[in-house]
Amino acid sequence: MHAVAIPPFERFYEEHRAEVMRLLRRSLGRERADDAFQETFLRALQAYGRLDHGEHLRAWVLTIARNVAIDTVRRAKPTEELVETGGEDGLAAYEELAPLTDGLPPKERAAVVLRYGYDLSYDQIASALGSSADAARQATSTGVRRMRKRRTLR
Amino acid sequence: MTISQDVDRRFREAAADLGLIDVGYDVVESPIGPLFVAVSTKGLAQLSFHPEERDIERLAAFAGPRVLRSSRSVDDVRRELDEYFEQRRRAFDLTLDLRGLPPFTLSVLGALAKVPFGETTTYKTLAERVGRPRAARAVGTVMNRNRIPIILPCHRVVGSTGDLVGYGGGLDKKAALLELEGALP
Repeated sequence: MHAVAIPPFERFYEEHRAEVMRLLRRSLGRERADDAFQETFLRALQAYGRLDHGEHLRAWVLTIARNVAIDTVRRAKPTEELVETGGEDGLAAYEELAPLTDGLPPKERAAVVLRYGYDLSYDQIASALGSSADAARQATSTGVRRMRKRRTLR
Repeated sequence: MTISQDVDRRFREAAADLGLIDVGYDVVESPIGPLFVAVSTKGLAQLSFHPEERDIERLAAFAGPRVLRSSRSVDDVRRELDEYFEQRRRAFDLTLDLRGLPPFTLSVLGALAKVPFGETTTYKTLAERVGRPRAARAVGTVMNRNRIPIILPCHRVVGSTGDLVGYGGGLDKKAALLELEGALP
């Protein structure tokens, strides 16, 4: 099986920027979305040279955007919660895994979905979360353990 | 949803300023028409009169996937080209990215780079200069595939009879460049 080639960044940016902006405006409002937009694509650019294939780039960049939004809200007011945008951003794996991952802390939830929903590497997850690969691995396994625990409690 | 030009420009500038791109490209206006210019982390990688869609893919394949249109990345090249077309510059002071070119091509381009402003030479003379006197035709092929015209001055190479022969960008452009340099035979 051949891995999907990684497109030049310009093509990736042109393809996904409108959707990223939509997600950010929905969660942050017009004003804060502009800065978050820049931060999202700078984070993506930073990690782009280390991607090992070009699959699920949409899910990957929307997860980065989601995390930038969470960070933006936390920075502004540590107690404010991000407005949940539901499935509107069309992240299929998020919806499918929602019954299992609902209620996990945002980073763990994103890590679990990217790992098991999209089969991304820990390097790719790390760049989406703005953390190290080790931290991404940690967040994934903590998330999974938390899910298991809740299932046995139910 | 449209991204405002301002937001788009700020992202592209930040990407270049932070050194996060492998290749930055943009179109530079000139008196002989728009020029597509691409600069990698190693130097000027491409200058084209007639860019093609797949140039972006080709640049990504040889210099890295982080290829982004960025006005700032081509600032130095734009400035030197402006000076050249305004007759304030006779030689370029730009680092070139010639990665991936075979040895014969590199030696021909090396000899080409030494042909000074305002002078012309022939395919045969260049072939002699690289020690391959019978390879005039192969020299012609190298000129034809030159990825960095104007800077690597293939417009200064003409036929033995003084005929302009050919130019990747079109003969009118070759004539215009030689006229600018006062070297039209």
